[in-house]
Amino acid sequence: MDVALLFIQMFNGLQLGLLLFLVASGLTLVFGILDFVNLAHGGLYMIGAFICASFTFLTGSFVWAVLLALPVTAIVGIVIERTVIRHLYARDHLDHVLGTFGLILVLDTSTHLIWGPAGVAVPLPAWMDGRLELFDGVVVPTFRLLIIGTGLTIAAGLFWLVNYTRLGMLIRAGASNRTMVSALGIDIQTLFSLVFALGAVLAGLAGMLISPITEASIGMGNEIIITAFVVIIIGGIGSMKGAFIAAIIIGLIDTMGRSFLDDLFKIVMSTEAAETSAPAVSAMLIYILMALILALRPQGLFPPKVR
Amino acid sequence: MKKLLSTALAVTLLGGVAAQAAEVKIGFVTTLTTGGAVIGVDQQNAVNLAVEHMGGKMGDLDVNVIFGDDGFKPETGKQATDKLVKQDDVTFVAGYIWSHVLLASRKSALDAGKFLISANAGPSQIAGKLCHENFFSTSWQNDQTPMAMGEVLNQQGVKSLYIMSPNYAAGKNMVAGVERTFKGEVKGKDFTKWGKDAQLDFSAELAKAKASGADGLFVFYPGKAGGAFIKQYQQAGLKDTLPLYTVFTVDGISLPKLQAANFDGVLGSKTTQQWDPSLDNAQNKRFVADFKAKHGTYPSFYAAQAYDSIFLIKSAVEAVGGDLSNMDGMRAAMKQASYDSVRGKYSYGNNHMPVQNFYLREVVKDADGNWTTTVAKTVYENHQDPYAKECPLK
Repeated sequence: MDVALLFIQMFNGLQLGLLLFLVASGLTLVFGILDFVNLAHGGLYMIGAFICASFTFLTGSFVWAVLLALPVTAIVGIVIERTVIRHLYARDHLDHVLGTFGLILVLDTSTHLIWGPAGVAVPLPAWMDGRLELFDGVVVPTFRLLIIGTGLTIAAGLFWLVNYTRLGMLIRAGASNRTMVSALGIDIQTLFSLVFALGAVLAGLAGMLISPITEASIGMGNEIIITAFVVIIIGGIGSMKGAFIAAIIIGLIDTMGRSFLDDLFKIVMSTEAAETSAPAVSAMLIYILMALILALRPQGLFPPKVR
Repeated sequence: MKKLLSTALAVTLLGGVAAQAAEVKIGFVTTLTTGGAVIGVDQQNAVNLAVEHMGGKMGDLDVNVIFGDDGFKPETGKQATDKLVKQDDVTFVAGYIWSHVLLASRKSALDAGKFLISANAGPSQIAGKLCHENFFSTSWQNDQTPMAMGEVLNQQGVKSLYIMSPNYAAGKNMVAGVERTFKGEVKGKDFTKWGKDAQLDFSAELAKAKASGADGLFVFYPGKAGGAFIKQYQQAGLKDTLPLYTVFTVDGISLPKLQAANFDGVLGSKTTQQWDPSLDNAQNKRFVADFKAKHGTYPSFYAAQAYDSIFLIKSAVEAVGGDLSNMDGMRAAMKQASYDSVRGKYSYGNNHMPVQNFYLREVVKDADGNWTTTVAKTVYENHQDPYAKECPLK
């Protein structure tokens, strides 16, 4: 194992972690503050990617497309909150799961009807599509560097929003005790709409950032939503700091597992056995971590203060 | 009155039975939802085109194709097969993109005494120990196409190889296939997560492949994963240092999308296959021209195999004069492979897998500027899969 490879894999893990953070932060906001289990959060990730793909072909520029797609995704989020989600708040978690599972099917099929089954490949402008040599032997795609930059900026922005603004104060208060917040005369409906739209935008942005790497495709949200739930369970539900740290940990563990586990296994078992078992075990690693956390610290690493 | 009603009902039912007897029912299981639907829809278009080309008739019988959706999952595919066999009582069950879906559905169709025709999947088990007299394939055995690629690598003097493939039945067959013929050193292998939540970001694997210092990179990523892989390969800038050799990754489905996004790194890349839109025979020319006219893109190999499967069934139905109870007669007719296949003439081995040519295809621009493939050369002539000898059928 050489140092350059190790560094590149840490870079890849960080990029995956930040992308996960964008999805998980919205999920933890909605779950923590609205006390709402939103399985359809991945659907917003997908919708964001498709809207951005359409705008990319319309405007010819990926940057413009992202800037236009963000508010549109927010509007989609608000419409979904007003028409479907709002009626489910008072119900229990099982109803949330059933309702949002139905929403996943509706979103997937609508996407199928609008954009077709094929998915859309998103082209990047040349200056984003190149590579950068960070130092000797370590060459990384520019766009992945850009994802890291965006992820860190958003994380800083959210940190400021949650800790230093009135909205953030309400969000933190809502995460601790919703009833008390509304009893103090805060318009909880508007706050909920805002929080849901913010979550939608964050998920949509993650979808937009991944679509030039994979593509905008039906069901892409279902691929990431489970990992995002793992992130918020490890980080502590409702905690932004927890989501950030857990996302980075998960990103690194997943990437490192995929990269080096088979070499590690080869030390103790035959090459063939290592090649068969390593992919299976590396796919399980994050769930093993989640099981450990649930056993030792069920409230997660950084649970929000409840009282 | 009651009597009259029941008589009327009986007559209607009888009429229903009579109408049923005048048609041949074909079940076609493919993927019509999830990301895999892009392949399924291509196959569905090809099946409908085949039925149209035969005027909706096989001999005197009307053709009735009932589609089933496997949802990219073995258990759903088995359910769809059960429904076609038990409820619709079809005579032929065709389709099957995915090896794990075919393996799960196999017993449902064969135990009910139906013909099972794979229009894509070719798992080693069904070619070998699990072979069955009522199973036929219009595609290939999984190992064959990568075996042809291994041969190409030897001929091009590639000394060492890095391999990436999804972690499921066909992925393992593909890797076994290329390792069977490739004579150089395999520097490393990665099996990535597959299925409904398949891994589509290959950054870690590509970094490993690059660091391995191999001469070439062999991959198998069918469907939407193929397009994703090609893009990341290009973004990682590996084109000059780590040439790409693929099977079932660059096809008529991924090329239009890659062209729309201008990922020109794929031009000139090579893949092996038993069929190509440029193959020169009357059946293929008609198929490709009409498919393009109708759907605007070149058909994929999935479509070509689906198209063939319907014509294979037609040859069986016509050989027995429409007597669908004559299973032996239909089986004997299919074994001849006497229909006009879009790949040209081929024959069946003892395990009912095609014995056929394999070609090296190269990605080029056609006269209209569309990206497609053309035959660079013939790698194998009349190639039989390596599992045929494990099959007890004669």
